[in-house]
Amino acid sequence: MHVHTSEFDPHSKDPVTKPPLDPHLKALENEAIYIFREVAAEFEKPVMLYSIGKDSSVLLHLARKAFFPGRVPFPLLHIDTGWKFPEMIAFRDATAEKFDLDLIVHTNPRGAAEGIGPFSHGSAYHTDVMKTEALRQALDAGKYDAAFGGARRDEEASRAKERIYSFRTPDHKWDPRNQRPELWNIYNGMIRRGESVRAFPLSNWTEVDIWRYIQAENIELPPLYFAKKHRYVERDGMLMWAEDPRFEPLPGEQIQEGSLRFRTLGCWPLTGGIRSNATTLDEVIAELEIATVSERQGRAIDRDQAGSMEKKKREGYF
Amino acid sequence: MTQTATLAVASVAPHADTAPVIRDSRPLRLITCGSVDDGKSTLIGRLLWDTKAVKEDQAATLRRDSGQQNDLGLPDFALLLDGLQAEREQGITIDVAYRYFATDRRSFIVADTPGHEQYTRNMATGASTADLAILLVDARAGLLEQTRRHATIASLMGIKQFVLAVNKFDLVGYDKAVFDQISTEFKALALSLGVRQVTAIPMSALKGENVVYSGRSVIPWYEGPTLVETLELATLRSGQSTGFRLPVQRVSRPGESFRGYQGTVAGGAVKPGDSVAVLPSGQVANVKQIVTFDLVRNAAVSGDAITLVLDRQVDVARGDMIVSLDAQPQTGLAFDAQIVALQPDGIVPGKRYWLKAGSRRQRVQVEPVQQLDLKSGKWQAAEMLQMNAIGKVHLAFDETAIFDPYEQNRGTGAFILIDPDTNNTVAGGMITARRSELGGLNAHDGRVILSLPADLADELLATELLASRRDEVEARRLTTAAARQLLDDIDG
Repeated sequence: MHVHTSEFDPHSKDPVTKPPLDPHLKALENEAIYIFREVAAEFEKPVMLYSIGKDSSVLLHLARKAFFPGRVPFPLLHIDTGWKFPEMIAFRDATAEKFDLDLIVHTNPRGAAEGIGPFSHGSAYHTDVMKTEALRQALDAGKYDAAFGGARRDEEASRAKERIYSFRTPDHKWDPRNQRPELWNIYNGMIRRGESVRAFPLSNWTEVDIWRYIQAENIELPPLYFAKKHRYVERDGMLMWAEDPRFEPLPGEQIQEGSLRFRTLGCWPLTGGIRSNATTLDEVIAELEIATVSERQGRAIDRDQAGSMEKKKREGYF
Repeated sequence: MTQTATLAVASVAPHADTAPVIRDSRPLRLITCGSVDDGKSTLIGRLLWDTKAVKEDQAATLRRDSGQQNDLGLPDFALLLDGLQAEREQGITIDVAYRYFATDRRSFIVADTPGHEQYTRNMATGASTADLAILLVDARAGLLEQTRRHATIASLMGIKQFVLAVNKFDLVGYDKAVFDQISTEFKALALSLGVRQVTAIPMSALKGENVVYSGRSVIPWYEGPTLVETLELATLRSGQSTGFRLPVQRVSRPGESFRGYQGTVAGGAVKPGDSVAVLPSGQVANVKQIVTFDLVRNAAVSGDAITLVLDRQVDVARGDMIVSLDAQPQTGLAFDAQIVALQPDGIVPGKRYWLKAGSRRQRVQVEPVQQLDLKSGKWQAAEMLQMNAIGKVHLAFDETAIFDPYEQNRGTGAFILIDPDTNNTVAGGMITARRSELGGLNAHDGRVILSLPADLADELLATELLASRRDEVEARRLTTAAARQLLDDIDG
């Protein structure tokens, strides 16, 4: 029999030596890699939803690990609402370049033509058109049968009910009352044409896990996560970033300047900053440990109405 | 970098001695089960509340949604868990929810599973990955059929640690006799299921007695641990006692000169130089390299997601399993298993389903044999398994199946059944044994199969003649008694 000798050394380029991950993070990492590989092997056309935030950054890092020494075998899809922080867009493009990724950016052409935005149309309608509808358009256009997302079960009550493989009908509907049983780590990837699966490799991670992993693995993040002087206004209990030309103060509103950082990143009018002086990962984590409010407290769209996230998810939102 | 010792999400006060604790950094996975209205959601809500896992804004939302608050001034904890609109409308838990909380000693993942019989599939879902099961009973009602069903499913799925939470204990006047009777009855049930580790705790989830904080002031005669103390001391279940197992998920070929087999080690350990077999083909090779993103490793153990490089060109595809040469799983066309039927159509005899185990998916015909009577705890003959039934079945495959008994390896002994008509997951199953196939002796793709006592097999394989033809030989190591039995079977 021919004995094959491999010349290819996957670590020919400067191997990085780091202290080993603690067993908890290692187990989470192993689980995520397993899910990535399983989806990539079972589906014809997977795509990874990439929203530039910390969870997306961890998700991408895990994808690179799962397929190493090969490249990530599916494209990344960013739904651009047109209201993202400019720093996020710059970070996205630099990341795609650096890691040799196929990046697809989609903005809902209808919404863009009609000038739909959070100020003129309200947060709920803006999210519905520029995120949910845009996502459905992009998934349909790409004929993707599986889409990775960075959602975690600890984020929100209806997300706590998600499967790791979340089945969606051809019109992207999620039926929380009729989900496939998911036993052990055996995932059922059988679907009919048009149907799809949303896959969540970070399901069992918590916010603290994400930050500790970012620290342990030295994962680069958009600078908005770290405190810096920003101009902002206080509106409805939220610290709204006020540096975009489209921002207009309401009567009586004062533009202030101060050290802020963002705990989650979304559209800037819907994602509030927090007062913080944490400029390093260690400081961010220290701040998080004593936080008395949840991560999504600064997110307007979760609070539009009762059961808000569940309604959005039923309609195809992540 | 001094914060690692204090990285708990939330901390708990009840440990008076605040000596530095060594955290077990791997979370304990647990499920809560019991009948409807036994107070499961309230219990988990209480756990989250008292371990400070509920943040201020979530608490405010909760207080707003709770409306009329109870006389303790606490919000309705169930609303923390029942996140779906339909659940809130009906006041019941429909689907399994996963929650995360931590103490100074440990972190936990709790699967809150529904009590309603209609949603047993979600209870089974939660049980499949749990290390420990909390079975709730209402102190006024005692053990119910659902308690028996849930305890049975939990034990079938390999859970060896039970906590019996005798809840609503305040409503029976903290009566010791009630507790003694229920816990004695439950321990007998657990023992009949083969579960020896049972901790029974009288508690009131609503009032928080013996959940996170001690209930000694109202239950002075109870000297055992609180629920959280029990959970902190519980052990993670060790799922496997087999040789090296790597179900191949993907073949990685980034360039002409690299071919790696990607998967997660499902048992045992591996290091470069080890001899391995590829199943079902039986080809033999040696491990050349274990590649991960960070480094080329000296070894990999169960749970590690790796890429394995072999020292020679062999034919390996997704669904194959790379295993230790000297401790192989069972292969064959027929197996016995226990299953839980999860969908309204039940399990139809003779119907061909898809079976997925690890990364291997193949056709199987399922023949129900027996069903467990939950009232009597006895197995009875059955031709068909209805939804929620627990049954023993024969599995017949078209192509070689590869398994370990579930008792020995959860990763390579479990499977799901998928209905090819609906694509729905209709059952979860556990391999109990391989069925002997007399026809298999000469029907194995032309290869020679030797069934021999282990020492003799090793001696034979060490001879020069066989060493050069290892690819063609499948050795089954048997005890002398088993080899004798096999000979008798063949003669008979």
